[in-house]
Formats: sequence, structure tokens, C-alpha cells
Amino acid sequence: MSAEATAVRAIVEIADDCLILGHRLSEWCGHAPILEEELALANMGLDLLGQARALYAYAGELEGKGRSEDDLAFLRREREYRNCLLVERENRDFAHTMLRQLYFAAFMQPMWQAIAASSSDETLRGIAAKANKEMAYHLRHSGEWVIRMGDGTTESAARMADAVTELHRYTGELFMASAARAQAITDGLLPDPETIRATWDDTIATVFHAAKLVLPEVRVPQKGGRDGIHGEDMGHLLAELQFMQRAYPGQTW
Amino acid sequence: MTTELTPLWEVFIRPRNGLHHRHVGSLHAADSALALQSARDVYTRRGEGNSIWVVRSSDIAASDPSFAEPNFEPADDKIYRHPSFYEIPDEVGHM
Repeated sequence: MSAEATAVRAIVEIADDCLILGHRLSEWCGHAPILEEELALANMGLDLLGQARALYAYAGELEGKGRSEDDLAFLRREREYRNCLLVERENRDFAHTMLRQLYFAAFMQPMWQAIAASSSDETLRGIAAKANKEMAYHLRHSGEWVIRMGDGTTESAARMADAVTELHRYTGELFMASAARAQAITDGLLPDPETIRATWDDTIATVFHAAKLVLPEVRVPQKGGRDGIHGEDMGHLLAELQFMQRAYPGQTW
Repeated sequence: MTTELTPLWEVFIRPRNGLHHRHVGSLHAADSALALQSARDVYTRRGEGNSIWVVRSSDIAASDPSFAEPNFEPADDKIYRHPSFYEIPDEVGHM
């Protein structure tokens, strides 16, 4: 792969994380437990969609093959999406959704902060500075909810514990660098995710302590998303995400 | 969620520095931290402000609507309480 193609791949990995998680949050529209959360979930989904758009547009420009943000977001095949498995996991219930958001935001907020501070690329630094503030809010919001559900009623605590059992094994993939990412790290374009681990561990330990949740031992960490190997849910997600552009190519509004 | 677990809160937003907080609406939340977050999500989506206050609705003491006439009508005919009977020197300009 050329240097540009590698950079494009590394940027698209992050964009895919943002797009897919943003889409998952958008699935809550009209289904949130209370009106206040309806808006909070949509707000967070839109933040992520905005981050994805900025990254796709920039990746398309770097690639120089005339692919637009829409082409990248809507017109690739499943195996071409490089998001980590965590973000594509189903919403299930509010506990799963908020825990997934916490896991991701606890990683992505310091990641954006590091990109803003240290990337060799000015455009990425700009995107990161804005996204950092957005993710700081996601982190606070999801953290507060995880604490309240974990240390809440019998039912909320049970649902929160279920979510931890289900989702924790997907968190290891956040810290793995693909070949494209490894090159981007060497080039100074993006930070090494491993440098985020201590911060992430701290954040999760603090929230779990307050939430009276126990960190599970992960026997079989789940990975594959960065290689395009997704779970069964991903196909259903893409069917809905891509439907309009597949049915009405080039449709705008 | 039951309303006992998520009581009603009144939300006040300050649109800009120097202005005062203004009541904008209400919402349900379990505690003040979540009420502030919800207020941010529900009432500041379009850049409405830079500061939020929330207060439990049950902590607000309100005047009795049925006592509105004794409360407020006596002020209606006391126009001399309005500061509109002064000559303002031209040099002062708009007040």
C-alpha cells in the first residue's frame, strides 16, 4: 500500500468507529426510556456522525480517487468497514447502550486529546480538538448513568452486570493497532492506542468502583473488526444504514 | 421510570454573561447531576446559553393563584410608583 492509502485506511478505521456507534445511538430515536434521554442519545449520535463525516471527507480527499464522505459511509461492503466490534454491538437495553458508550468514550476522549496535541497533520488536529469536547460530555453522561444503574435498583444492577459480562471482552480491540495504524503511528499521524490504556483503566476502575460493579476476567477477547471480520449484527445494521443510498443512488436532501 | 425515582426539576438558563438566568422549562431526573445533564441536552441544543441552574420543583414556594387579586391588583392604580414623572436632562440620553 502507498503511504496515502495507509493513512486513508488508518483514518477510516476511526471514522467507521464513529459512524457505526453513531448509527447505533440513532436507533434509539423514538424508543428512549424518557424524553430527556431521547434527546441525549440523539445528541451523542449526531456528535459521532459529525466526527465521522469530517474524517471521511478528509480521507476521501487524501485518497484522491474522488470518493466523497457519502461514498465511504454508505457504499462500501461489509468487509470494507474497519470499525472495532464494540461499536457494532446491539443496543439491547439502556444498560448495554450506556456501558458501550462509556467504554468507547473513555477510550476516544483521551485519544482525540492526544491527536489534537500530537498529530503531524493539521486537519486531524482540528477535527480532534472539536471532537475531544464532544467525547468529554459522552464520557461524563455515560459514566453517571453506569454509576446510577450499577448502584441502583435490583433490576438496574442486574442489567448493568449483564452488560459488563457481555461487552467487556470487546474492549481489548480498542488498544490493538492494525498494520495501517502501526504505520500511522510511525509516521506521527496518529498516536499509539496503547498509550491510552492507563487512562482508560483508571476511568473504568473509578466508575466501576462507584457503580459497585466488578471488572470481569476476560478469557477470550473478541477482535476482528479492524480486519473487516464483523459479527452477525453488522449486516443488519448496514442494511438499514445503506438502504436509502442503495435504493436511490445519489439521493440527497 | 416512576416519577418518585425521577422527580420534576425546573431549569434556568443564562443566555450570556451579564444577563440573569431565565426559566426555560422543566424535566424529570433522578438527581441534580443528571438534571443538569438533561437540561444541557434538552434546552441548550441551539446555543441558548452558557450557564444552567436546576432546582427541584417541589422546593419552589409559589404564590396562591386564588389570592392573585389581593396580591397584585392594589398596585394597578399606583402609577406614581413608575419612575416616569421625572424630567431627564438631554445630556443623559437614553435611560
